[in-house]
Amino acid sequence: MSVAAAESGVILQRRGVLAAIGDYFWRRPGMLIFLMLLPALLWLGIVYLGSLLALLLQSFFAIDEFSGVVDRSQLTLKTYAELLRPQNVDIIFRTVLMAASVTVASAVIAFPIAYVAARYAKGYWKALFYLGVMLPLWASYLVKIYAWKLILAREGILNWVFEQLHLTWLLQAWLSIPVIGGNSLSISYTGTFLVFLYVWMPYMILPIQAAIERVPTNLLDASSDLGATPRQTFWKVIFPLALPGVIAGSIFTFSLTLGDYIIPQIVGTSHFFIGQAVYSHQGTAGNIPLAAAFTVVPIVIMGIYLTLAKRAGAFDAL
Amino acid sequence: MRSDGPKTPLGLKIASGMGLLFMLAPLALIFLCAFSTEERTYQWPPPGFTLKWFEVTWNRADVWQALTLSVQVASISTVIALVLGTLCAAAVSGTKFFGRETISLLVILPIALPGIITGIALRSAFSLAEIPFSFWTIVLGHATFCIVVVYNNAVARFRRLHGSLVEAAMDLGADGSQTFRHVILPNLGTALLAGGMLAFALSFDEVIVTTFTSGQQQTLPIWMLEELIRPRQRPVTNVVAMVVVIVTFLPILAAFYLTRGGEQSVSGMGK
Repeated sequence: MSVAAAESGVILQRRGVLAAIGDYFWRRPGMLIFLMLLPALLWLGIVYLGSLLALLLQSFFAIDEFSGVVDRSQLTLKTYAELLRPQNVDIIFRTVLMAASVTVASAVIAFPIAYVAARYAKGYWKALFYLGVMLPLWASYLVKIYAWKLILAREGILNWVFEQLHLTWLLQAWLSIPVIGGNSLSISYTGTFLVFLYVWMPYMILPIQAAIERVPTNLLDASSDLGATPRQTFWKVIFPLALPGVIAGSIFTFSLTLGDYIIPQIVGTSHFFIGQAVYSHQGTAGNIPLAAAFTVVPIVIMGIYLTLAKRAGAFDAL
Repeated sequence: MRSDGPKTPLGLKIASGMGLLFMLAPLALIFLCAFSTEERTYQWPPPGFTLKWFEVTWNRADVWQALTLSVQVASISTVIALVLGTLCAAAVSGTKFFGRETISLLVILPIALPGIITGIALRSAFSLAEIPFSFWTIVLGHATFCIVVVYNNAVARFRRLHGSLVEAAMDLGADGSQTFRHVILPNLGTALLAGGMLAFALSFDEVIVTTFTSGQQQTLPIWMLEELIRPRQRPVTNVVAMVVVIVTFLPILAAFYLTRGGEQSVSGMGK
């Protein structure tokens, strides 16, 4: 319609180059949109998608076992066969298990925080809850890990607290449990788990809080008018409506744990997680095809996870 | 009506209070440790307090170099992200066209996929194309994931900016550039400022992608990572850690005040 109006001369002709350009785009909005999109599309399409495809392509090459040189002359699935060796499957299994336990634990801890922040906190407390989520969310990632190194170290604050409470025996008992224990907290899976939990917690709190805040108050009033106890109202009304928020949060905690390689490197055992495997294969080992194949694992897992989450309606809670 | 709200049940109070303590205590610890006289170990409680390490850190050339590089990279990436993100947001929010959803997905992808994938993808692309690592390869990586932050903030604001406002300006005789300067930009200003600051903070703090796209240069997070893996002077690391917390938090606070009014979400915050 605007095109027709412009061509019939309803819009007065203006002078100047800028005006002419402006008028031109007003008549052809499609051209304007195309030009506006072009730079971003070129950037993301070439720099980013190009790189991703290059990576995917690499995973179909194989490294020559004798010369150690990547053979780029033919496409093969040999690297994927290598990915399925027991030690590599172990790495994948360990990472997924860690991601799942971090996700479950953070949902359990985040829910009360999000619930109180969304429904009860007022004034001063509201601000404190805001800071309690935003400060750790935005504080430097490495600084957070560093803080936990200070906490978990053998002479660090956590040992001191246990000592003051005369509970050192409890800590020792925990550390003597096989697999999750170790010589000290900072070189055990428990330590890795705690740091993951801390670092990704805000990503779980925020979507849950948003979901609970969106529950209309009159629904809760209606529920109690109809005779539901507060407990029933919580489980039958609030919790089902907050669940998409939990799922949305779990996408972040799960995906971030899957891809991280710095936390297990600094706090944890010498056993690899997927991220570390990728890093070492592309770096010192020089086996880029295997590194590329390893990155396909989180992509596939997240693809499945996102499909399931979408079906549960989690994307409306983001 | 529940005008002043129900009382918080005790169990919830305890659970959420413990949660808050868990979230805030580690950061408080960083601030305390920066003043500790202890040099070698992570000893707690600190044997004494001193301001000496601030002076030592101030005189360290490697810290200043890393800081300068980080600020330069973050500034340039932010500018690129501002231009690309705003243009993209304007195009996507103005109209409906074929492939619109795909473009949103494309913009969000660099942040939805784990950083290590973005990092290794860029690295293998650089090596395939035989581009040597430099300042610009770092910027290339950072700008890619900064676009989404600007884009999210701008899209949210465009959604509130009615198209009729632009049409009214044009009807009143303003040309395209005048409309842009006097109508669109003032409405968009704070959202762009907020997006820009978040992008800056994101880039300033980035370590995973940077480890793959930098050669010999050390940004501040890379410097921190080195210190974490092979500690050389622990007190200096403490001071740097505290300064980094303050530097990243100020823009976040400012961005929060600029965008108050219901645009906050995790994806809007961009991490």
